[in-house]
Amino acid sequence: MEFFNAYVWPTIEIIFWILVIIVPIILGMAYLTYAERKIIGAVQLRKGPNVVGWFGLLQPIADGLKLLTKETIIPSGANRVIFVIAPMTTFVLAMIAWAVVPFGYSDVSGGPEPEKWVLADINVGILYLFAISSLGVYGIIMAGWASNSKYAFLGALRSAAQMVSYEVSIGFIMITVLLAAGSLNLTEIVLAQKNHGIAHMIGVPELTFLNWFWIPLFPMFVIFFISVLAETNRHPFDLPEAEAELVSGYNVEYSAFIFAMFFLGEYINMILMSAMTVVLFMGGWLPPLDVSWLNWIPGPIWFAGKVAFCLLIFILARAALPRYRYDQLMRLGWKIFLPTSLFAVVAVAGVLLSFGWLPK
Amino acid sequence: MAMLDRNARALFMGEIAGGLWLAFRYMFKRKVTINYPFEKGPISPRFRGEHALRRYPNGEERCIACKLCEAVCPAQAITIEAEPRDDGSRRTTRYDIDMTKCIYCGFCQEACPVDAVVEGPNFEFATETREELMYDKDKLLDNGDRWEVEIAANIAEDAPYR
Repeated sequence: MEFFNAYVWPTIEIIFWILVIIVPIILGMAYLTYAERKIIGAVQLRKGPNVVGWFGLLQPIADGLKLLTKETIIPSGANRVIFVIAPMTTFVLAMIAWAVVPFGYSDVSGGPEPEKWVLADINVGILYLFAISSLGVYGIIMAGWASNSKYAFLGALRSAAQMVSYEVSIGFIMITVLLAAGSLNLTEIVLAQKNHGIAHMIGVPELTFLNWFWIPLFPMFVIFFISVLAETNRHPFDLPEAEAELVSGYNVEYSAFIFAMFFLGEYINMILMSAMTVVLFMGGWLPPLDVSWLNWIPGPIWFAGKVAFCLLIFILARAALPRYRYDQLMRLGWKIFLPTSLFAVVAVAGVLLSFGWLPK
Repeated sequence: MAMLDRNARALFMGEIAGGLWLAFRYMFKRKVTINYPFEKGPISPRFRGEHALRRYPNGEERCIACKLCEAVCPAQAITIEAEPRDDGSRRTTRYDIDMTKCIYCGFCQEACPVDAVVEGPNFEFATETREELMYDKDKLLDNGDRWEVEIAANIAEDAPYR
């Protein structure tokens, strides 16, 4: 019984909470593909999927079943072990990053000790997130190498170069947020956007959305979002996939379930990066106005709503913008974003110090 | 000053934001999709679809086996054999169109002096085997009977322009 209380029960409990996080994310990913097809369809004046289920709502499930029942083809020249491990790497890395993402915070005034709604409340949460998203490049480069195909290999090389270059500026932008928030814990970063900022300075504390970091760090917010587009290999930076020239990049040789894992990993990464944008710049689970009926709506719903807004911009960018050329992409990353974000670290630190706004 | 202006525009990404906003507005426009098997787009009276051999209202087939269509056909898709019928009129004994060769140019219906061979408004005649696309006289006459109303309407509508 002691063994049960000490080991078995905590394990069951943690598995339960993992499922509580993972199941909505997988469902969200499935309907993200649906939303993408619907929205791009609507932008192009088409209807998008509308045959399977009401308004085509069962389309992602039908697609998933199709991928699961297909034959898994492994090319004869491929390195079988790495070929199969690569999509698993991408998928697992996209999933485990969610452990530190905070979904809410319960502080009833006069109630019990405030509770952080996060699976692993580690103090270097943002560093963990950054490390995991950097590891994502391994799945892609392994897939490109193991496929033994020139298209896959070129796609993987492009992808690796692109992700590595944009991670540098993402790192510097994170530092500016850390300076302003005074913590590496993601929950603390969100809370730092709650009780002081522009709304309090201009004397209207109800407008909490002015407190969020997207206003004081607006250039960083924009650069971060663009870098995130490049980091997740999305339009207009989808050169690794570049259908027109590389068929579909590093996952050309993949089929059936192992392809589905790449697909899952990629879209979950999109959601993850949106969640990161929301936590760093858009006040996480905080409602945009400090009024009672908005405060009554639970944090995870605000969080999901803001993530959905970011994803809408992801998808609209895909619908509206043409693809960058590779040298333009590299120029943007190394010659514009890197110096700008480096300068921003110095500037933000200087402003915080000289005005005495450093977080306690 | 112009350079400052240009750089400021690039910095604030007005054009990209405008593009995204345009895409967003287009989302709510009326869709142009036609839900195909249930809805169909309008087609011109001159539409050149599946071939048909027509009859006169009394049931006599129009074709007099002049073979002008066979002669004009650029793809040589039409094969005609003819001999006098028992009542002495000249009729075809064989009228085949190889629909896999046909390029749907409409020369046959232009050449026909009696409006016998026409290309009707039907475009949904896909088959599962190649053999089914080798149309013979029975098939073509059957098409003519089936589509006569539409074909006659189309010819009447197009008549003022010929």
